[in-house]
Amino acid sequence: MTGLLMVVVLFLAVFAAAQIMRIYELSAKARQEREYEVTDKDNNTQGRYMLLFGIGLLVSFVWMMMTWGEVMLPKPSSLHGVEIDRLWDISMGLIIFMFFLVQPVLFYFAYKYRGRKDNQATYYEHNNRLEFIWTIVPAIALAVLIIYGLTTWSNVMNPDSEEEPMVVELYAQQFKWTARYSGADNTLGFANVRLIGGANTVGVDTTHANSADDFLATEIHLPVGRPVLFKFRSQDVIHSAYMPHFRAQMNCVPGMETHFQFTPTVTTAEIRQDADVQGKVERINAIRQAKGLELYNYDYILLCNKICGSAHYNMQMNIVVETQAEYDAWVKEQKTIAETL
Amino acid sequence: MASHDHDNDHAHDHDHEHHVENFWTKYIFSQDHKMIGKQFLITGMFMGIVGVFMSMLFRLQLAWPDQKFAILETFLGKWAPEGQMDPNMYLALVTIHGTIMVFFVLTAGLSGTFSNLLIPLQIGARDMASGFLNMLSYWFFAASSVIMLASLFVETGPASGGWTIYPPLSALPQAMPGSGTGMTLWLVSMTLFIAGSLLGSLNYIVTIINLRTKGMAMTRLPLTIWAFLVTAILGVLSFPVLLSAALLLMFDRMLGTSFYLSDIMVAGELLHNEGGSPVLYEHLFWFLGHPEVYIILLPALGITSEVIATNSRKPIFGYRAMVGSILAIAFLSFIVWGHHMFITGMNPFLGSVFTFTTLLIAIPSAVKAFNYITTLWKGNIQFTPAMLFSIGLVSTFVAGGLTGIILGDSALDINVHDTYFVVAHFHIVMGLSAIFGMFAGVYHWFPKMYRRMMNKGLGYLHFWLTFISAYGVFFPMHFTGLAGLPRRYYSNAEFPIFDELQDINVIISMFAILGGIAQLIFIFNFFYSMWRGPKAPQNPWRSNTLEWTTPVEHMHGNWPGEIPSVHRWPYDYSKPGHDEDFVPQSTPLKEGEVGH
Repeated sequence: MTGLLMVVVLFLAVFAAAQIMRIYELSAKARQEREYEVTDKDNNTQGRYMLLFGIGLLVSFVWMMMTWGEVMLPKPSSLHGVEIDRLWDISMGLIIFMFFLVQPVLFYFAYKYRGRKDNQATYYEHNNRLEFIWTIVPAIALAVLIIYGLTTWSNVMNPDSEEEPMVVELYAQQFKWTARYSGADNTLGFANVRLIGGANTVGVDTTHANSADDFLATEIHLPVGRPVLFKFRSQDVIHSAYMPHFRAQMNCVPGMETHFQFTPTVTTAEIRQDADVQGKVERINAIRQAKGLELYNYDYILLCNKICGSAHYNMQMNIVVETQAEYDAWVKEQKTIAETL
Repeated sequence: MASHDHDNDHAHDHDHEHHVENFWTKYIFSQDHKMIGKQFLITGMFMGIVGVFMSMLFRLQLAWPDQKFAILETFLGKWAPEGQMDPNMYLALVTIHGTIMVFFVLTAGLSGTFSNLLIPLQIGARDMASGFLNMLSYWFFAASSVIMLASLFVETGPASGGWTIYPPLSALPQAMPGSGTGMTLWLVSMTLFIAGSLLGSLNYIVTIINLRTKGMAMTRLPLTIWAFLVTAILGVLSFPVLLSAALLLMFDRMLGTSFYLSDIMVAGELLHNEGGSPVLYEHLFWFLGHPEVYIILLPALGITSEVIATNSRKPIFGYRAMVGSILAIAFLSFIVWGHHMFITGMNPFLGSVFTFTTLLIAIPSAVKAFNYITTLWKGNIQFTPAMLFSIGLVSTFVAGGLTGIILGDSALDINVHDTYFVVAHFHIVMGLSAIFGMFAGVYHWFPKMYRRMMNKGLGYLHFWLTFISAYGVFFPMHFTGLAGLPRRYYSNAEFPIFDELQDINVIISMFAILGGIAQLIFIFNFFYSMWRGPKAPQNPWRSNTLEWTTPVEHMHGNWPGEIPSVHRWPYDYSKPGHDEDFVPQSTPLKEGEVGH
């Protein structure tokens, strides 16, 4: 019944709108105007709207930067993250500058050169010098960005650390993460999905010598200041290991191994003392309190960032960065895979 | 150029052959390019309504995840019990929204409509090179649309692995319900779509190269035609690669092959597949996927060039640079696909190469933006609704293009890849720009399609609501992305760190709903004007191009007598020495007048 009523109302609404249009058009006809022709009055109004919109766009942009700047990620907690953020700031500065240069010109021209009946446009078809300038200037700016970007990329992907990185495997499956630590030998034992069975959930070859000291964890623990080489595997579909606080991300692809290396520089305890982070936690807890939810304490996290199925939105793991001593104590508590089997 | 005398004889034949037109040959299985263009437009608009409506549904979920909405149960049935959306349905909605908007609206709806309508009319041809293939191209598209819509009704739901349908997720029905029958129908639909798109593109290329009227040198082509030509070439070269990717995926799904699958255990079941690689699929997909961005964008830019020049009453600034930048963008678009794959495990050196080529695209893009703005300079701007949308396009093209400089840089992409920052970027630069171009085209060429005028006042209202809500949706989205929020999350509630983004999400959703509703104004205006709008004069915008020399009433063969010859480029607006502020291309040069 409601459905039928809705249809009737909709029909009447369309009918009414059509009648209003009719009256509107007839009145235009009576004034001997053709509705579709653009008059000077239209040009004035629309031109002013354009200018107004341009101003509104820039003002709202500034407003958003000021209001929502604080929701952005806090400062990076990894060595290479600092380098990425520097490149980020430069690129962002450049594009914001360009935005504030080009948009006002566009909307101002739209306003300034709004049409008038007695006006004539200037016949101006090209200007080679001008076009050369705005080809070459972006080209130079981009050349700088490309060189800077490629250097950064190369440093991030091929870090030359003197210290041997600690090897940790991140194993992805629908919809959870498992970390496998390589143990005292710092070498992961061979593993394959075909070896999965019983308590051996990540398919480790237990006969393999290197696997003897491997252990699994449901939380990533990392000693601060030590490079860590993550190796990624997936059991079923593509996942993506996203660790935004460390400016790190890599896909986990079934059938192949991928990797990403970084050095954490700020412990979890330290980042919780950071002023920005504390502000963030306060704001979040105010929201959570109002909703009656459990209060939140800041943690580094690993998220899945490649669509992987129905619970993709809840595939996460905590990351704890701690001092070497705390880390060593944690390792002592862990049981090797061999022991659990 | 070859003599076109024989064309006139053909025109007479046409009159005899097609004298008896019944409903079927005129409206359904028409071989007339103008009717086919309109068929593409109406189908595209219908798909657009479906696609936009889906986005409104999932924006409800994102803004108010705990709330129950009766409307969700009305439309989604068992997928939204008591008005609470199911996570699988959320993923299905974003997947089909993406597929429909990218392929069905902005590829077929945009390029199909305006290439068909404008190519013969603007180059001075009686029709497309092959009217029959042209008809087939539409009917392949129509069939694929029907199949895509049908996939919404299968029991396990439509395809839900994202519009990029990366395997193994899309290959394994065990991985998610949408990868069952829904995915099969998606692949069948896209196969037909690609076939139709290829038939259309080949036709466009052949027509533009062979059937130009006397005097229509390539350097005198309107920029719309240049854009359609390059778009068609991009389509012919890249769509077959997507076809092969889709076929191999079908083999993996149905015949037990292992092109993309290796070492998989899903839902407790160990699969036999070995040796395949999902990364191979990603390469094949993005080899189309990136040129696809320009297949969508270039026609919109072509339309804008035409509309901005006409309504500024000025020549487009730097015609040759505009053509050059279209060609440069098209060339580069084939060697940048890897920027979608920086963090897939692809060799980092390849990442460097793709960063380099990707950032180069900013140069021709910047040239285009500056040339548009210079065209406005010292113009006599007539704010038709089409002109408003074109200026809107320049604004979004700049705003969205700039963030491309961030995302194209592999080092920076690491941290924003697959976050809402990307969603904001591509919606602004590709989605908004292209849809604005499409609206501009509809408002501008409506009189040519339906012999009547659209209502200007409603056009203004439609533009401002759309423009404001477009920025209202996608500008704040950058900030949720910078907070690290991944896309394709059904709910952010599992991560306390995203709690403070909820306000932004609510704002985005409200603008999305406003923007969606504003499209009703357009649809009303469109259909009202089609039947009741004031009769169109022959050349309502006082434009130079050839389509405005045809009679208002449609006829087979387009021109009653001889096809006009072309004597000048299409942009002689406000040229000194002429009485009017426009000089149609068919007007011979005056004595002593210098051509372009």
